[in-house]
Amino acid sequence: MADLKKCSAHITSQVCLETDIYSMWLKFNEDENIALNAVPGQFISLYSKAGNRLLPRPISICEINASECMLRIVYRVVGSGTNEFSKLLPGDTINIMGPLGNGFTLNKGKAVLVGGGIGIPPMLELAKRLSEDCGVSVVLGYRDNRLFLKEEFEPYADVYVSTEDGSVGTKGNVIDAIKENKLDADTIYACGPIPMLRGVKDYAKENEIKAQISLEEKMACGIGACLGCVCKSKDKDLHSNVNNKRVCKDGPVFDAEDVRLGD
Amino acid sequence: MNLSVDFAGVRMKNPVTTASGTFGSGAEYKDFVDLNRLGAVTTKGVASVPWEGNPTPRICETYGGMLNAIGLQNPGIDLFVERDIPFLKQYDTNIIVNVCGRTQEEYIEVVERLAEQNVDMLEINISCPNVEAGGIAFGQKPKLVEEITGNIKKHAKQPVIMKLSPNVTDIAEMAKAAEAGGADAISLINTLTGMKIDINRRTFALANKTGGMSGPAVKPVAVRMVYQAAHAVNIPVLGMGGIMTAEDALEFIMAGASMVAVGTANFNNPNATMDVIEGIADFMKGNGVEDINELVGCVS
Ligand SMILES: Cc1cc2nc3c(=O)[nH]c(=O)nc-3n(C[C@H](O)[C@H](O)[C@H](O)COP(=O)(O)OP(=O)(O)OC[C@H]3O[C@@H](n4cnc5c(N)ncnc54)[C@H](O)[C@@H]3O)c2cc1C
Ligand SMILES: Cc1cc2nc3c(=O)[nH]c(=O)nc-3n(C[C@H](O)[C@H](O)[C@H](O)COP(=O)(O)O)c2cc1C
Ligand code: FES
Repeated sequence: MADLKKCSAHITSQVCLETDIYSMWLKFNEDENIALNAVPGQFISLYSKAGNRLLPRPISICEINASECMLRIVYRVVGSGTNEFSKLLPGDTINIMGPLGNGFTLNKGKAVLVGGGIGIPPMLELAKRLSEDCGVSVVLGYRDNRLFLKEEFEPYADVYVSTEDGSVGTKGNVIDAIKENKLDADTIYACGPIPMLRGVKDYAKENEIKAQISLEEKMACGIGACLGCVCKSKDKDLHSNVNNKRVCKDGPVFDAEDVRLGD
Repeated sequence: MNLSVDFAGVRMKNPVTTASGTFGSGAEYKDFVDLNRLGAVTTKGVASVPWEGNPTPRICETYGGMLNAIGLQNPGIDLFVERDIPFLKQYDTNIIVNVCGRTQEEYIEVVERLAEQNVDMLEINISCPNVEAGGIAFGQKPKLVEEITGNIKKHAKQPVIMKLSPNVTDIAEMAKAAEAGGADAISLINTLTGMKIDINRRTFALANKTGGMSGPAVKPVAVRMVYQAAHAVNIPVLGMGGIMTAEDALEFIMAGASMVAVGTANFNNPNATMDVIEGIADFMKGNGVEDINELVGCVS
């Protein structure tokens, strides 16, 4: 009882990786070491210090360093909350809650990891963990040649890039890059915008590959109570008793075949 | 020092409950708060059959508050009775079941199912702004409020709290209508109908276009309405709307509420209910108040 709570984290570094993309390491007290139970694909809720911004901002865990009681997040500044976070400096504190949701299930066999845009960060810890006992390829989809995080994947995986403007790697999207490089996989793990995830889901189905995808939705509680963040499920969900699953609690990672992406 | 209150014949160990829809049936919060310490848990609205609710986005943040358009997604009374009531029965707290419906018959079906259940009170939501049928449609006409209250009272075994909408011209009139229908208590406020526009995408922030506004931005409106309602009737009032802290809760109590509910604050601070209970006790200690009931309606 009462063992989960909002806790305070110390910021140990804050680096701007690219225009509007920041990387932040958070450190916890040893008795609140939430990094210990964290797995790739889970997220944390970050709370604003401003009283007019009540709702927590969900951000995926990018890297886990349990022995140092640390988590890393990489985020894009899109509004007032993320703008506030980007101004924090080493030594500052921030209130967070987590780790929340269900992360990726690590399968045996060949893995292809697909990240699109700000869906790339959660793939880093996943690549690290999977590379311990399977062959890992990573496909990263960017808009242009601002390739944040790409180099950090290289120790763990074969890295392929697609860019919308064709400036680096395959011109087009991540599916184009998978096809061009003839990547085969036993499991595809993906995070990114819905059109990309729809592409991954269809591709996986056509090729009889298992796929796990990480979804986004607007959240209020972040822990499964308010029913704000649902997605449509193929079958009736046991908890909701309707065809809705909670992204924050039942996800954010789902088996692609279990959820409907407007299809 | 006494924090307990008698609310329409039900003894509550303290005057603090959860606002329906912000706390599920408590299971998701049990890791954050000790449910045994709550005066009562008020559950998410439940209907006679499962409801899918509205499309997403269902949530958006606004300055000092939020809009929601969940659309009363719920698993239906059967699963609720089988799963949620036994869960809450493990705890030493009162259970207030919030009930919704599209027609009077649907409300009554749920109320009848609950009659044989070991729950303490019913809260009837006639004020949800996010569904087309039922909900708020019942809560905006005094005649209908009186009628539906009377019909529900005929079937209810537990004391009935009618939950009133703030989207009305005269809240006192609605409170009186509920009392005339035989309500044992009233609760208010439900959310205020609002809208947010995403100027970059030139669209509504919520798929439902409108949503219910809650959070600290609505508190002054809520305190005023609780004051007006409490003075219009002789039945007890459960006050809510933007309570973040014990000080906020005390405003409602002094305005005339004998119980208070914490809603949107749970999203900002999952421990908010506990902080409010502790803060009320601290205030009483600091001000030499022996009994919380001394404060109820003390400002008039
Ligand atoms: C499970 C999950 C993991 C995420 N991981 C990351 C990540 O690793 N890196 C990253 O940059 N972003 C991530 N996001 C998106 C991130 O939550 C939003 O960009 C952020 O909340 C925006 O806050 P803001 O105050 O800057 O923007 P504003 O637009 O001012 O926010 C207003 C409200 O809308 C919500 N909101 C806005 N955009 C989104 C969105 N895309 N998804 C959910 N809620 C949103 C905010 O939380 C806030 O409540 C993730 C979202 C989810 C659901
Ligand atoms: C996400 C959400 C869901 C809600 N669901 C219900 C509901 O099912 N039934 C109901 O009577 N009120 C519901 N409400 C209204 C609250 O119970 C409460 O009346 C309102 O939010 C004002 O209190 P607050 O500002 O403390 O949240 C909901 C509110 C929110 C924010
Ligand atoms: S954010 Fe409340 S249920 Fe997911």
